[in-house]
Amino acid sequence: MRLDLVPRAGRSPFAAILAPALAFLASVLLGGVAVSLLGVSPTAAFAAYFIAPLSELWSLQEIALKAAPLALIATGLAFCYRANLWNIGAEGQFVVGGLAGGCVALATQGSAGFTFWILPTMLAAGTLAGIVYAMIPAVLKVQLGVSEILTSLMLVYVAELLLDYMARGPLRDPAGYNFPQSVAFDAAARLPYLMEGETLHAGVLVAFASVVLATIVLGRTLFGFEVRVVGASPRAARFAGFSEARLTLAAFAVSGGAAGLAGIAEVAGKIGQLQPTISPGYGFTAIIVAFLGRLSPPGILVAALVIALTTIGGEGAQIDLRLPLDLTRAFQGLLLAFVLGADVLTRFKVRLVPGGAR
Amino acid sequence: MRHSFCACLGAFLLLLGPAQAEGKLKVGFVYVGPVADYGYSFQHDLSRKALAEAMPDKVETTYLENVPEADSERAIEKLARSGMGLIFTTSFGFMEPTLKVAKKFPTVKFEHATGYKRAANVSTYSARFYEGRYVCGKIAAKLSKTGTVGYIASFPIPEVVSGINAFMLGAQSVNPNVKVKIVWVNTWFDPGKEAEAAKALLAQGADILTQHTDSAAPLQEAEKQGKLAFGQSSDQYRFAPKAQLTAIVDDWNGYVISEAKAVLDGSWKSHDTWGGIKDGLVVLAPFTNMPADVKAMAEDTVKAIAAGRTHPFAGPVTKQDGTVAVKDGETAPDPMILGMNWYVKGIDDKLPQ
Repeated sequence: MRLDLVPRAGRSPFAAILAPALAFLASVLLGGVAVSLLGVSPTAAFAAYFIAPLSELWSLQEIALKAAPLALIATGLAFCYRANLWNIGAEGQFVVGGLAGGCVALATQGSAGFTFWILPTMLAAGTLAGIVYAMIPAVLKVQLGVSEILTSLMLVYVAELLLDYMARGPLRDPAGYNFPQSVAFDAAARLPYLMEGETLHAGVLVAFASVVLATIVLGRTLFGFEVRVVGASPRAARFAGFSEARLTLAAFAVSGGAAGLAGIAEVAGKIGQLQPTISPGYGFTAIIVAFLGRLSPPGILVAALVIALTTIGGEGAQIDLRLPLDLTRAFQGLLLAFVLGADVLTRFKVRLVPGGAR
Repeated sequence: MRHSFCACLGAFLLLLGPAQAEGKLKVGFVYVGPVADYGYSFQHDLSRKALAEAMPDKVETTYLENVPEADSERAIEKLARSGMGLIFTTSFGFMEPTLKVAKKFPTVKFEHATGYKRAANVSTYSARFYEGRYVCGKIAAKLSKTGTVGYIASFPIPEVVSGINAFMLGAQSVNPNVKVKIVWVNTWFDPGKEAEAAKALLAQGADILTQHTDSAAPLQEAEKQGKLAFGQSSDQYRFAPKAQLTAIVDDWNGYVISEAKAVLDGSWKSHDTWGGIKDGLVVLAPFTNMPADVKAMAEDTVKAIAAGRTHPFAGPVTKQDGTVAVKDGETAPDPMILGMNWYVKGIDDKLPQ
């Protein structure tokens, strides 16, 4: 007896939406079993994870703040992954973007008078740095055929250590007792808050606008078409005369730029100074988000919000119910496994074939 | 519409949520590592448990573990919003986030470990870990056969650098030619990386290890290879009964309990606490795996530091570049130790800058 996967002829749009919803339900049920094994009421846990964070203005803002960089990075990554290009280094492009934009902020620290240009320059510098950094694995792949998986991943550590060095060395606050952080940015170098006295900043709008833009580009432009064709059928793309090298560079530029922009938005928004670390792993979590969202920008937005929700809810569950953090991580892992599994089942039929192994 | 929806959810949550403890002081803790690191965060969590046991009808405690420093502001604010009256943020990197949240919640008291910025509702506290390291340095110099000690260091912040210097000065007071090899692992807690560093140091001829990272991995590596090592933050004897010489134990119990009491009786004020062996914040675990004379020397040193007869940074202290940092007959003032970014003479490493 063996199991065969047989491709389904058509794929109903209904199933495409239902599958992730069912996957979510299945993960919640399995998570509920784990919670009750830990001796906590599953309904209380469900309320702490999924309802409590949605019931307060503050936690809603925190969800948006957490989801914004994830959605932005993952949207960029979707361009790469759709085209079968494996940029694993968004974390590094995020860090480099934050660092470059932060350098602009520090260089213009204390400038008086007309300071309107500082913030846009920071965002541009961050985006550009992300693009340039992503070009390293892209060019190596195009020119020498080096695996982009390895190079982009290894460059993450280079970026992290570069930021670490800069925050401890040249960019260190001279009046800070040698502690590793820069001075706090001027107000002109900070993303403005959207509401007085609240935490939501303009970076959320930047992320949202990028998702909308990416939806249009991916669905309605020739470049988006190229990306999709190369991913779906590389041979067809070659026949159509699409240049693989050009596409590789472009897709890496998009994802690197998005990650860099997310990096500087985080630094100019939430953090407000340069520190040895500026990311709690957004660049890696975004890979999960990209696949949870099935590589479509609107899906990615939903996935980013779900991951943000479980993270914020996980903190509440830790405080109120003493549920361990590992449970949150396990749940996020379950969710990904189920969504990918459901994805396979919508595209393939499982057939039981009698007889021995092939 | 939305408001009534939120209100309904809120009411629903109140029904589901754990019973609110009326009149109890809620105390929250934020840890950078897992409570099961059996080191720094574990030790802080012991003080949380000690507090809960000491005043079970007056306080209620909770914690958030594994909070990344870049993402800590939300975690701290979440605790403040959950009705905490006193919040301990236990890692240096939580400093700015703690201050930001403290500004928003002026009635909540905050206690930040190992930082230097305070506010009306933010105190800072730390321990003079370097006193313990001085004792360890002396023990290591006495026991090392190769004359080389391996040091696994986390981040080049003053607390870690002053620890390395104190260790070296202690070691040099016994054997002026002792060598200290340093590996920077750039993490507070990563058993894999720490074990790799331990292996590398042992392979380079170190026969005693010490560490300024939070897991027991280096100690276990030493145990495996039949070498000696010091425990960190917590008494890690059970992980390495044949290797641990002693451990620099952070004992926050007394401090945490007295701060909670101060909040309860209304006498809490923002202040800075920097206590050492004398104040019971730094404790050396029982001296094991060493001959009686070394043990006696170590115990004498502990007593001398507690009594103020010995100061790890008593002059003359010479920097790596040959300039005199502390003159003969003087001791290093606290600001110098708190901002230390240079090595003492004899350390064969360049400080990451």
